[in-house]
Amino acid sequence: MSDLAIAAPRFRAAAAGEALAAWALCLPAVIAYLLMLLLPTLATAALAFTDYELGLDGFRWIGLGNFAEMLDDRGFLQSLRNTLIYVGLVTPGSILGALVLALAIEAGTRGRTLFRAVFFLPVVSLSVAMASAWQYLLHPTIGPLNAALRGLGIAGPAWLSSSDTVLLALAGIGIWENLGFNLVLFLAGLTAIPRELYAAAAVDGVPSAWERFRLVTWPLLGPTTLFVLTITMIRSVRVFDTVAVLTQGGPNKASQVLLYTLYEEGFTYFRIGYSAAITLVFLGIVLALMWLQTRILDKRVHYA
Amino acid sequence: MPERTSLLRDLPRLLFLAAAGLLMLMPYIWMAAASLKPLDEIFRASLSLWPERFFAVENYGKVFARIPVGLYLWNGVVVCGGILLFQVLFAVPAGYALAKLRFRGRELVFGAVMLGLLVPPHVPALPLYVAFSQVGLLNTYTALIAPFTISVFAIFLFRQFFKSLPDDLIHAARLDGMSEMAIVWRVVLPNAWPAATAFAIFSVVAHWNDLFWPLIIANGDSHATPALGVLFFRSAEAGDDFGALMAAAMIMTAPLVIAFLLAQRRFVEGIASTGLKG
Repeated sequence: MSDLAIAAPRFRAAAAGEALAAWALCLPAVIAYLLMLLLPTLATAALAFTDYELGLDGFRWIGLGNFAEMLDDRGFLQSLRNTLIYVGLVTPGSILGALVLALAIEAGTRGRTLFRAVFFLPVVSLSVAMASAWQYLLHPTIGPLNAALRGLGIAGPAWLSSSDTVLLALAGIGIWENLGFNLVLFLAGLTAIPRELYAAAAVDGVPSAWERFRLVTWPLLGPTTLFVLTITMIRSVRVFDTVAVLTQGGPNKASQVLLYTLYEEGFTYFRIGYSAAITLVFLGIVLALMWLQTRILDKRVHYA
Repeated sequence: MPERTSLLRDLPRLLFLAAAGLLMLMPYIWMAAASLKPLDEIFRASLSLWPERFFAVENYGKVFARIPVGLYLWNGVVVCGGILLFQVLFAVPAGYALAKLRFRGRELVFGAVMLGLLVPPHVPALPLYVAFSQVGLLNTYTALIAPFTISVFAIFLFRQFFKSLPDDLIHAARLDGMSEMAIVWRVVLPNAWPAATAFAIFSVVAHWNDLFWPLIIANGDSHATPALGVLFFRSAEAGDDFGALMAAAMIMTAPLVIAFLLAQRRFVEGIASTGLKG
């Protein structure tokens, strides 16, 4: 215990030493943070107000010029609209599907691990490769889906090459990609519901499975559902891979989405300033969704 | 957990799940089937899965002959490994300092971490691209790895986990005369294995599958990751040769899917507990 006795007078020195050690430990992370995250993010915000193009010398400050251009840019407006439609399709689709499947898995003991693995598989699969598989599956003439539809006497549409169906097809793939992730979150939420509540409901004479779901499961799953809702929106607003692989925004901009427009403007046309402005719009949407999420999670604390 | 029901009563539920599971697996099933078929069979668009003429050798052979498969996979390993190495190297000490040490500026650093969590990786991409192109680092491992060396999410995750470690553990190590750096790697990290594996799986899956940044940085085979490899093969060699394209897709998807099937539980837990960042 002699260590403690001499530790007291040396308290200030020890505190200074501790602070020094702490900063030394943080230093690599701080440097990487400044170089790779903070400065580039601030630079993006600054570039959004310039007409900078890669390859041209110098740039001018053009104030809100880029944002004004967006309002007249059919491609951008289309991509905003498409992104919202995509999110609007993928979010309910993947949540509803995941909820139904999670309830079915949770209702018994058999096959739990197997089914969870099957539904989770798309989350870990290489999205570019799976997009290629979908391209074959959805091919208008040789694709198995349309072959099956022909068997039923239905002429299938040209899923990815028709502007009427392309968003629908991409959203279908998006639902397939996100379902397993949401399913696992729902399973965690369902396991957290105390079994006694179902027993109590049975004692109180709640007869049907539907009533049990309506009175016990759904209210207690509320926080999980709201969380899954916002996280799915945040994930699906980032749709990029499938569009880049399958449609490149086409046909005729019918599948142009926010991140793909950002990519095209910035990295194919090198209009850095304009692309930075689109990035800010994208960031704004993501931040709004995150704000919504914290609001919802705050509520959960109040009701708990 | 519901009490065990008889198989007969459980059957409708299992059939429903099996049907849904089969639907989910359709892309894999057809991808695998097409990779074994010759082109004329694929173009006949019959609904039979089994090939009449076995064409696996030709399809897979074409992939290996036309694109440097090994190089793409190796690039994927280098990029994912490099990213993970630096993320851990930078985030673990910072997470420890934020969790267990008292110092001026701690709130500031933690605030910066929380702020960083709000920014998707696409936001700093433009200036980073301009900077890398100015210093001639496009199409290098450095440019593929560097932007992801800082993971504020990893710092946050490790901080939360380290906070739950008992202080006595660290005091004992200090009394043994260990430096703070030694404590981080020899005492704290070995006790944080669950958090570390969860994060490792999350990070590798995210970067193995990433397309956005490699598409910007890598041009040509030399530094292409598996995701880019499939894309190159598709546009250059196999426009409509679906047999060979599906074979390429199978090869590039296989490593992670096999790893997932071997350690399914860890993957699900790792991604679901850490992937919440979205």
